[in-house]
Amino acid sequence: MTEPYTIIIGLEVHVQLSTASKLFCGCSTAFGSPANTQTCPVCIGMPGSLPVMNREAMALALKTAVALNCEIPRRTKWDRKQYYYPDLPKGYQISQFDLPLSEKGYLTISDSRGRFEPKPIRIIRAHLEEDAGKSMHDEVAGKGDSRIDLNRTGTPLLEVVSEPDLRSPVEARAYLDELKLLLNYLDVSDCNMQEGSLRVDANINLHIDTPEGPVATPIVEVKNMNSFRAVERALDFEAQRQYEVWQETGTIMGAPGGHKTTRGWDETAQVTVPQRTKEESSDYRYFPDPDLVPVTTTEEQVEAIRAGLGELPAALRERLQKTYNVTPYDADVLVNQGRELVDYFTELADRCGDGKMAANWVEQDVLRWLNDRQIGIGEFSVSADALAGLLEKIKGGDLTTSRGRDVLTAMLDSGQSVDAAMRKLGIQSVDQNELETLCGELLAANPKVVEDVKEGRLKAVGALIGQAKSRNPNVNPGQVRELCLKLIERM
Amino acid sequence: MAISREEVKKVSLLARLQLSDAELETMTAQLGDILGYVELLSELDTDKVEPMAHALDVSNVFRDDKVRASLDRGEALANAPKHDDECYRVPAVLGDG
Repeated sequence: MTEPYTIIIGLEVHVQLSTASKLFCGCSTAFGSPANTQTCPVCIGMPGSLPVMNREAMALALKTAVALNCEIPRRTKWDRKQYYYPDLPKGYQISQFDLPLSEKGYLTISDSRGRFEPKPIRIIRAHLEEDAGKSMHDEVAGKGDSRIDLNRTGTPLLEVVSEPDLRSPVEARAYLDELKLLLNYLDVSDCNMQEGSLRVDANINLHIDTPEGPVATPIVEVKNMNSFRAVERALDFEAQRQYEVWQETGTIMGAPGGHKTTRGWDETAQVTVPQRTKEESSDYRYFPDPDLVPVTTTEEQVEAIRAGLGELPAALRERLQKTYNVTPYDADVLVNQGRELVDYFTELADRCGDGKMAANWVEQDVLRWLNDRQIGIGEFSVSADALAGLLEKIKGGDLTTSRGRDVLTAMLDSGQSVDAAMRKLGIQSVDQNELETLCGELLAANPKVVEDVKEGRLKAVGALIGQAKSRNPNVNPGQVRELCLKLIERM
Repeated sequence: MAISREEVKKVSLLARLQLSDAELETMTAQLGDILGYVELLSELDTDKVEPMAHALDVSNVFRDDKVRASLDRGEALANAPKHDDECYRVPAVLGDG
């Protein structure tokens, strides 16, 4: 970093938990249904209706909080956050204020490309709340009404708030990637940003060193970012913008005009633009929701949750490096694909006894096949066991890597075993006599190559390998090279 | 405990209530009386009383994550001042809608 400032970033992430029904009522949470077909008296705030907590939402929230290394208080409760907005039918949102279900956790981020050192990002809290509805401005009608769809109202959200521990847009991106991966491994959310299952708001400002000492620029909350890439770009833009504004005006945090503001990311223009802000947080007038009773959690419950988490990404990366001797980069690529692919890899590596070779094949051949077809490893028709058989043949010298690829493709196309696919391709091991005859013929036909090699230019033998392969595609280039050199030596 | 006229004005704004000067006067006095009455509670010695988050001594009331039928759309929209058979219609929401 050569900039004369430090970037300070904290992220608020809203994750939609994958429950079938809403947080406080039995309406479906399915995405994409016709507007206002998934509502009931509870979620649209009819008088006399009463919310009842969804057990699964609490379980998923606790699971995530434990995986984020949070402390789980013995007791948590629900509060009303009051504000008026057309997409909030009750006039308040049920959320958590002073007794959230979890606090003081951390998520460790790292970068296999080494752009920053691994470090824990502290989590202030993760709490449950209900989502609001969706308002759409009627473009056709111009300045007419806004239309409100309340299907989403009451959907369970887990809000995860980080401390401002992130020091660059790259770190912010890494935090989001790691959080999303963790949520995938925990199977608590589908994390689909397009469908709003994962939403990110960022708080950012700069600490600038000046001859008079360090100063801080006013904090800006950035919203409306629809992808992790957009978050990274918006933060890059915002850091530069804040520095330029500070150079121009000298306005610092807390001074007149230095209060916190909200800006939205404009994806088309690639800039942040000012947004009208809602009421100050002190005006939300939180108070305990009398309709909902508190929830208690015992130490034993938390331990049971912890025991059931399974191996999480950070631990898995470490195990792949230690047990299978793969690089941090390879471990990262494999783990990022999800638990199922990692299971495939470990089975393959165990059977063929070569972690690096297994990693290469999975990352190049298997993943390419899956990506080309947009399918998951569950639909990959060659089992780890069968692929291991193929890798053993390559290691044993029966097949070259490139012929091995042809065999794998044939296995995938036809569903055949390794041996059947090899027979179909006409691949059979070339016996030693056949190979000697072939090499002898090649040497006789290429006196110039023989001469060059004799004079020490061993590279010249390469020309023969191509010729050998065109005469018999089954020959092993390494063996051809070795045998030709041996024969020339004897000449 | 008295409440100021300014505080009542702010609260009425947050509650989207438009109060006339006379109403503001009445409300300030009435709210002041209510708060003063509740203030009586502070005379009690609560040092040995556990704080509570809810009036009922009940916790952990859950329902299973089962989907139940929702309201028919027509029924849901029926009481809205304005709708278009699909959505509620409200005066234009500008900004971050």
